[in-house]
Amino acid sequence: MDTNIARTFDVKRLRQDFPILATTVRGKPLTFLDSGASAQKPRQVIEAMTRCMETAYANVHRGAYHLSEAATESYEAARVAVQNFIGAAEPEEIVFTSNSTMAINLVAHSFGRGILKPGQFVLTSEMEHHANLVPWQMLRDAGLGIGLRYVRVTEGGELDMNDLAAKLADGKVGLVAITHMSNVLGTVTPAARIVKMAHEAGAKVLFDGSQAVVHRHVDVAALDADFYVFTGHKLYGPTGIGVLYGKRKLLDAMPPFLGGGDMIESVTLERTTYAAAPARFEAGTPAIIEAVGLHAAIDYVTAIGMDAIEAHERALVEHAMRVLPGVEGLRLLGAAQDRGGVFSFALEGVHPHDLSTYLDRSGICVRAGRHCAEPLHARFAVDGGTTRASFGLYTTPEEIDLLAEKLVDARRFFA
Amino acid sequence: MSSGAEDIQDLYSTTLRDLARNPAHRGKLDNAAATARGDNPMCGDRVDIFLNFDGPRIGETRFVARGCEICQASAAMLAEMVPGKSPDEARALGEGVKTMARTGQTNDSTGEMARLSIFAVVHKFPSRVKCATLAWSALDAALSGVRETSSE
Repeated sequence: MDTNIARTFDVKRLRQDFPILATTVRGKPLTFLDSGASAQKPRQVIEAMTRCMETAYANVHRGAYHLSEAATESYEAARVAVQNFIGAAEPEEIVFTSNSTMAINLVAHSFGRGILKPGQFVLTSEMEHHANLVPWQMLRDAGLGIGLRYVRVTEGGELDMNDLAAKLADGKVGLVAITHMSNVLGTVTPAARIVKMAHEAGAKVLFDGSQAVVHRHVDVAALDADFYVFTGHKLYGPTGIGVLYGKRKLLDAMPPFLGGGDMIESVTLERTTYAAAPARFEAGTPAIIEAVGLHAAIDYVTAIGMDAIEAHERALVEHAMRVLPGVEGLRLLGAAQDRGGVFSFALEGVHPHDLSTYLDRSGICVRAGRHCAEPLHARFAVDGGTTRASFGLYTTPEEIDLLAEKLVDARRFFA
Repeated sequence: MSSGAEDIQDLYSTTLRDLARNPAHRGKLDNAAATARGDNPMCGDRVDIFLNFDGPRIGETRFVARGCEICQASAAMLAEMVPGKSPDEARALGEGVKTMARTGQTNDSTGEMARLSIFAVVHKFPSRVKCATLAWSALDAALSGVRETSSE
């Protein structure tokens, strides 16, 4: 096959991989613009998971029999797939969690309580979703003397880099925990610059890559990130599986998070010694089938090419930036230079919940509310929430046009 | 299955939309005898209810609502209906609204329940049921002496 043809991004053909996109909502074609909350699944992922259950399923790391060995092999192959996908040096740097939230909680617990010292601070931002806020607030409130600082967000919806520098200046920040792409504003943060500034100030860096990893090629080694987390279900994979990348020497120095089977070296009634990473952080039977599904999802997007997906989404963003501002009464949140396919907006005179119900009647799925980012909505004075349209690799310009058309209708309906 | 367009006209009836925009009973009541705040943490809707009593009966009732049209209309209807009722009567009316919003059914289709029946269609929109019931949850809380409640 001509590789140039294989690499051509044919959205119509790709949509056929997603069975749900062929369904209708009340007789209308499904226009799914909520991939930022969770993406739809291609047949390749669905079939890989089914195949695992039908032909190669048993518990991992336990049985000395063929099926268990086969399942263990599939599970560990998924780890290598993740390693290669994000450019980690070794598979041991990849810890499977249940989602991004659990990965961040793991770091807040193990690194936060085990490595950070009293008097140190965690630095996060006003732009975060709750998964990258609440675990740090819990750490701050745990009575360990660890503080919490926030980087401000500019009116344009970007990180205030001067504020970031100022908050690192006293050398007391031990960890910077920041999104790589905002789930509300679509802003892509200057990750390499953040890492450089943090490392110069003696801080480690965690990126919440839940959105970013879906939309562009991520290379944790090139970024020199210390931790990087993402979730499977936004990457066209299943729910129930997430990833924590951590530099080997950091993971090896961290105490365990949850205790149980699989994370031990030896157990007596008196004491337990713990396994090395990543097993140390994977207590209990892991999400085996979901790991296989995540592997299939990574193979799927890799075969299309992350660069091709990024180019498609850039074209969608440009199209949306042309079309959406033409809707009278629409106010977009944020105007970042570097942004992904996520648009949150307020429509004058129409509450987001009413709008979402109205659009649903045309088969359009959008998210209404505060998108698990209450402080950011307070920052932009939209406490009542916004409506969010977020794109996936299967999104078409025609779907954005339909959204714009229905927004105009909605404004007329609710006038 | 009915078409989306019919559903949406039913949900956003003229009565509901007029109520949502009606300025009556809005605003804080200074020195209210009972007050409570209802929050829906998922969408950010918030209703504050303020009550006075007239002997054993509920007196002037006001509300401040930040939310969608269904939430606004429900709070407006509540503030209009509960004055003159005993706390138990008001709670019973609230239970009727909640049942109707969840199931579309009512065991009383006369009088006030007939007026409240504009909220029955909400049961076809499961994600919107709490929009219709939030004000009534806040009323329950105010009558029970609780200051805050959540739709969750």
